[in-house]
Parts: sequence; C-alpha cells; structure tokens
Amino acid sequence: MCSLEKRGNLFILILNGQNGEHRLNPNLFSSIISALSRAKAESTRGSALVTLSHGKFFCNGFDLDWVNAAGSDEETQQRFNLLLDYLKQLVLAFISLPMPTIAAVNGHAAAGGVVLALCHDYVLMRRHRSVLNMIDLDLGIKIPEPFMALFRAKISGSARRDLLLRGLKIKGEEALKMGIVEAVYDGDEEVTNAGIKMADDLAKRNWHGEVYAEIRKGLYSELCDILGIASTPIATPKL
Amino acid sequence: MCSLEKRGNLFILTLTGKNVEHRLNPEVLSSIISALSRAKAESTRGSALVTVSHGKFFCNGFDLDWVNATGSKQEAQQRFDYSLDCLTQLVQAFISLPMPTVAAVNGHAAAAGVVIPLCHDYVVMRRDRGVLYVNDLEMGLKIPELYMAFFRAKTSGWALRDLVLRGLKIKGEELLKMGIVDAVYDGEVGVTNAGMKMADDLARRKWDGEVYAEIRKGLYSEFCGMLGIASKAIGTPKL
Repeated sequence: MCSLEKRGNLFILILNGQNGEHRLNPNLFSSIISALSRAKAESTRGSALVTLSHGKFFCNGFDLDWVNAAGSDEETQQRFNLLLDYLKQLVLAFISLPMPTIAAVNGHAAAGGVVLALCHDYVLMRRHRSVLNMIDLDLGIKIPEPFMALFRAKISGSARRDLLLRGLKIKGEEALKMGIVEAVYDGDEEVTNAGIKMADDLAKRNWHGEVYAEIRKGLYSELCDILGIASTPIATPKL
Repeated sequence: MCSLEKRGNLFILTLTGKNVEHRLNPEVLSSIISALSRAKAESTRGSALVTVSHGKFFCNGFDLDWVNATGSKQEAQQRFDYSLDCLTQLVQAFISLPMPTVAAVNGHAAAAGVVIPLCHDYVVMRRDRGVLYVNDLEMGLKIPELYMAFFRAKTSGWALRDLVLRGLKIKGEELLKMGIVDAVYDGEVGVTNAGMKMADDLARRKWDGEVYAEIRKGLYSEFCGMLGIASKAIGTPKL
C-alpha cells in the first residue's frame, strides 16, 4: 500500500505494496489519505512531504482489474465511480496539506497516477524509464471536471493540450520543457535523493503551514470552487 | 509622492513615494491615483503612460512605519487594511486607464510593491539589478483573495507557483522566462529609455482609449468581477 516515514522535518510517503504498478484501488487510496491525515496532524512550521516509489512504475492509474471484477456492468460502473470519488478526496487532501509537497517520479505514471503526481507542488522526474501518459483518451474514458481543473491550473496552452488530447507518452525532458516537471534526473536513486533534498530545502524556509496551504489553494481557485473548499481567513499578521 | 509629466502623447509617471524605498501609504497612493485621473482627463487617441522610478528601489511595499506608528495592534491592522484598500483603488485606476501602460522597473519591488508594475500592460525590467519579491509567505501572511485573482490574471501554472508560493526574490531574466516581464535591459537609463520607447510605439497605434480599457478589463475578468467593475457596452462600431 503505502508507508509514511518521518525523518526530521520531512514526511516521506512511499508507495509500495505487492502490486508493482501501485494501482489505485480503495485500499491504496485509503492508505494514502490516512498517511496525509497523519502528516497533517503531526505537521509543524517547516514541515515538508515527498512522495516516492521504486521500480518500474510510479503509479499506473486505477486498478481496473478490481473495477472489472465486479458482478455486473452496473457494479463495474459503481466501482469506477468510487475510485473517482477517492481520487477527488486525494486531490483535496494534497492541496490542503499544510506543507510543501514534492513527487519524485521514478517510473511510469498513467491517468490517475499522473493526477497523483500533479497534486504535488513540485514534480521531479527521471529522464529515462519514466513517462507521463494520460491514457484516458486511448481508453475511451472522459476526464472528469475536477481533474480537468487541476490540469488547467497547473499547465497552460499547447502543453496542456499535448498532455491531455494527444495520446502521448511524455518523457522527462519533454515534461520539463512543458513546464510540468521542475527537474529531471538519471536513475531511481538520483530522483529520490533529489526529491528528499528539495523537500529539505523547502522545509528549511520554515514557513507557516496554514498560510502555505491557503496561498496554495489560490493557485487552484477553480478546482477549490468545484470541490467546495472555502478559503479560511488567517489571524492578524505580525506587521 | 509621485510626479506626472506630459511629453507629446506620453504621460510619464515618476514614483518617488515616501523615502528611497518609494513605500506606499494612503497619501502616496492617493497622489498616484490623482495623477492617473489627470492622465485620464487629458487622454486622447494615441495616449500612453509609462511609470518610472529611480534608484535602488522601484517600490518596496507598504509604509510599515506609518502602519505601526499607532497605539494598538488593532489600529495598526486598520491602517494596514486601509493601505490595502487604497492599493485596490489604485489597481482599479490602472486597469481602467484609457491608454496602454508600461512599467519600467529600475530596482526592487516587494510585497505590495510587486502589484504596481504588474498592473501595467507591459513590464520592462533591469537585467543587472532588481528583484520582484512576493514575501507574504515569508511574513506569515495569506495573500488576499482579490490579489490572488490579480496574480492569476497575470500568470499561471508553475510561474504563478514560483511567484507566490516559493519565497523567491526573482530577477529580470527569470521573470522574462516566466512571462511576467516582457523584456530586460542593462542599467537604469537602459530600462527607462526602453520603457519610454515602448510606450511611444504603443501610442503610435492611435487606439481608441475607451475600447482599449474595456478590452483590457477582460484580461482581468475575475478580479474585476470580484470588485464589481462591470464592462460597459461600447457604442456602435463603424464597420
């Protein structure tokens, strides 16, 4: 599933489990959402979170085996809708998290896995052996509005079109040019270490987590409206 | 405070503000608003405005000495809020100005001071000196909703994140890459002259000022919506 490790001021969320593709099903979703709640509860000024995984995949999307193992077409649809609801909750949890977040993408990410990566403030990626693939179009699946709003907030113009509407497997260098990732690295270990280092550097800024989360929500105003997240006022500033 | 000079079709607004940091208090903001009113009253087809300043700073934010020179924390908050209201009025005045506007940024702009160059249609900046620094996060201050809408009108994606959520002092070259400034120049004379030339080139287009302002407001639709500044219908165009 996933594990949450605390290392000094850093929360390290590791996607693991037997399923090498780290596919998103209710168990993994619940496990990640719980981990984020824990991080939030234990957060202080100067906290940061980095999400890692190891092996060939970062996260290959929804667990369609689980979805399709349902008894009927109706149940299959219900299972799929449940995963969409979980994904919305996940996005909500990430964008409300009171600390900077980094995804160190070591391997392939598809569909829901791309959404997972992009919920983070910063995405680092491997230069090779890692692609971002919004496979939804190829699978004949529409992308629901909340996730479209996430993409609209994070990526503009032709890059957005290329990510969503072109059936591309986007490699690290291309993702960098498109402004989707912050930096690319060679090797699983390099990208993981870079993720941890970046989290550490951001943690050292010692920002107020609540303020950070509120400003961050301002980057996602449309998404916040769709998800019904109101902005909370912050107490009197020290001037 | 500031001075307004007319040179041919150009209005040249020089920020002097309070002390060398050109800090903003209600008096300074009022004087700039008056200058803009004058420019508006004297505007014709083919007018343009360029805002310049001299020295190490373009505008270093609110006059916190004035804000804090009161008996109580509550009064200080009131003064801060009042300064913010005056700033909002100034932004409205810039956005409604019936002519193209250029900011020639010779030096540092921080906090509320960042808003000033950004309310111009074009920003030219020094390459060799000067940073834009949105320091709200550093100060533990949430950015007001209205100003998040303002920043969202000017930039998006990773550039918006880097502007408001990273505590960065951003130089001209980087701002150019972020699409926040339009060009960079060496030296104060270099950037000031470039600003004037750009304003002049825009003035030569002889645009209808009212039409210009209405189209411009459409670039700030969310911000204008929050302030209730409706778009006016323009009279029948000659086709």
